[in-house]
Amino acid sequence: MERTLTRYIRALRSAGAGVSTTEAMDAARTVEVVGWEDRGVLKTALGTVLAKSVEEKAIHEQLFELYFSREAAASAAAEGQPGEGGEPDAGQPGGGEAEPQAGDGEGGEGGDPVEALSALARGENPGQLAMALERAGAAASVDEIRFATQSGYFVRKMMEQMGVEALEARLMEALSRRSAEGDAEAEALMGARSALQKQARAFVEARFEIYGRSAQDAFMNEILAERSFGALGRSDTERMRALVERMAKRLAVRHARRRKVRDRGRLDVRRTLRANAGHDGVPFDIIWKIKRKDRPKIVAFCDVSGSVAQYVRFLLLFLHALKEKVTDLETFAFSAHLADVSRPLETLPFETAMRAIVDEVGSGGTDYGAAFLELDRDFGEVIDRRTTVLVLGDGRSNYSNPRLDVFKQIADQAKRLVWLCPEPATNWGSGDSCLLEYRPFCTLLTHCSTVTDLERALDEILMAYD
Amino acid sequence: MTDMATGAETPAGLASVEAVTSMLAKSGYIATPEIATAVYLAHHLRKPVLIEGPAGVGKTDLARSVAQGLDQPLIRMQCYEGLDESKALYEWKYGKQLLYTQILKDKIGHLVEDADSLDEALHKLTGFQDIFFSRDFLEPRPLLKAMEQAGGSVLLIDEIDKSDEEFEALLLEVLSDYQVTVPEIGTIAAQVPPLVVLTSNATRELGDALKRRCLHLHIDFPDAELEARIVRTRVPGVSDRLLERLVAFIQAVRGENIRKLPSISETIDWARTLILLHADSLDPALVRSTLNVILKRQSDIAEVAGKVEALLDGGDKAGR
Repeated sequence: MERTLTRYIRALRSAGAGVSTTEAMDAARTVEVVGWEDRGVLKTALGTVLAKSVEEKAIHEQLFELYFSREAAASAAAEGQPGEGGEPDAGQPGGGEAEPQAGDGEGGEGGDPVEALSALARGENPGQLAMALERAGAAASVDEIRFATQSGYFVRKMMEQMGVEALEARLMEALSRRSAEGDAEAEALMGARSALQKQARAFVEARFEIYGRSAQDAFMNEILAERSFGALGRSDTERMRALVERMAKRLAVRHARRRKVRDRGRLDVRRTLRANAGHDGVPFDIIWKIKRKDRPKIVAFCDVSGSVAQYVRFLLLFLHALKEKVTDLETFAFSAHLADVSRPLETLPFETAMRAIVDEVGSGGTDYGAAFLELDRDFGEVIDRRTTVLVLGDGRSNYSNPRLDVFKQIADQAKRLVWLCPEPATNWGSGDSCLLEYRPFCTLLTHCSTVTDLERALDEILMAYD
Repeated sequence: MTDMATGAETPAGLASVEAVTSMLAKSGYIATPEIATAVYLAHHLRKPVLIEGPAGVGKTDLARSVAQGLDQPLIRMQCYEGLDESKALYEWKYGKQLLYTQILKDKIGHLVEDADSLDEALHKLTGFQDIFFSRDFLEPRPLLKAMEQAGGSVLLIDEIDKSDEEFEALLLEVLSDYQVTVPEIGTIAAQVPPLVVLTSNATRELGDALKRRCLHLHIDFPDAELEARIVRTRVPGVSDRLLERLVAFIQAVRGENIRKLPSISETIDWARTLILLHADSLDPALVRSTLNVILKRQSDIAEVAGKVEALLDGGDKAGR
């Protein structure tokens, strides 16, 4: 029974729910208190002990069903096995442990392992088949599966554990006989082999759902995080969206604490006197002045022309996922001209909003100078000394006047000015790029083409407010 | 079932998950199986319960109802930024200590009067009982008070997410060992461990150390059936017809894109308001004029006011 629990905890861990040793011990105590009998109670009880957040609860919810329905099947199968009724523990998920019976399962019936295996494959005794699968699965360490592509390998290993090689040898031998009788036997053996394979595949796939699925997801996410936005395919978008959401959450948590700066050395006389009035004015409690930090305010200024649009999508996605942390967010998009797009982004579904934005500002030639001028003229008041202005664009202004004077004024007005450029540093200043001219006024100018870069840049921006 | 964790006697209300449910029902709290299981485990595993969820779904109420059901005192500690040990654990009664030293000053001459040398006077002083730092001058704050309840208690640590991170560290000793250490006196352990309930609105992520020590319970908005049961318990005067319509409407509103979703406490307030207005069904005009009871933001009210008819219809269909 304990093995059932520890293996379930292992499954939870590989699914991304952090279960500590203390929590595992609590789970064991919980089982002692509530017992195994009532699955519903067990599920909620383990949920309170093992899953400590909404996400983890969802994982638990899903995995519990997956895992314990299999457990139930395995133990039901074990009970159906003759001679095992007296030993309720022997047939539990640790089916692989029940070594002594291994011999009986396969050879016991006819003495001929191949015949026994065929019988198994014909599904005459489902309990026995389930047992054999469990055993073979444990011997082939199917629990180690991490990628869907490994399933073929594990299926083969399981088949070998079940003794399919002998069956295959018999099959070859039957074929080589080249007689009608031999062909009929070969056909029967082939049928048995493919039936077994089907069973083994189903078994491996179920295990993959429990142990491998999330490991594979984690690996895919890792790759995606390092891939340039420009190289993302349509199929990656959904995964990327989930990834961005998670990263944003992580970032928000990291910056959740508004650190109070204890200004040691500056006594808050008023509050100290008041706090100590009860002690006859003898200052037992000294109260120091506290400086409060600004809340982050970001004005995002995004080039949505064709060349940069893909990058902007993810920046905006990221910024909006950060909403809890950055409550004060203004978004402007520009291409041919400038528009305040905070409203559509807040009210419409993201994809619709993006389409509407591109329609509104047009995707014609970008003019950075004109856009900065418009920003300063029409929305100058949104930028104050606690604002970080975040520019996303390649700085390619189609040889128009970059209006450095306006840009400098915006930079002076803001707390910081951060420019994220999708192009690598080697291209800055080439052709119609004005980046090198803008650079002196930026607090930070950095290349940003993957979601990891994006996270780093936003981390850096939020740091200024901690 | 024997109680292996505490060794103490298990109150009848905590004997099984079903017993918890009915105990809470008697105190007017309708518990889901998750809630009842968490309370049951909290007692039997001797662990605090951390409750998370949106505001107004009955997190604080749970602690109150458990205390009521067990007939134990509820000791409540409201957390806020800047809360520290002198407000949560204990404080010295400085005023009394000052008085004591003054009395001591008066008496000390008398005490060492007949001593000839400094050594002898010191010797006399050493023999003198030092009560400056003693229980007499200790002012217990909620956490210590909860440890000292001989008949057990329910300790509610409300809105833990509002406190500072350092405060969480302070709680660890209390929550895992049910004891409080006062450096000058020693360790004060609870006779009967209190049942501890922590609530959080998740304005910040709580520390791992704290989460690991707690059972975790997430209470979300209830479904229509449960909500109707809760409102009926809390507002007995409500008619079935009104109840059904109003719960259906609230459930529909929760599906809308608004900033602050109405929670159970708002549903209850609304039910009370409607009874005061002698309403026994909902019509669009009535809903519009009382929207401010369930929605707390102007933009949300504007958003919903435009859709009242559609929401009422939709709620109707869902209700039937």
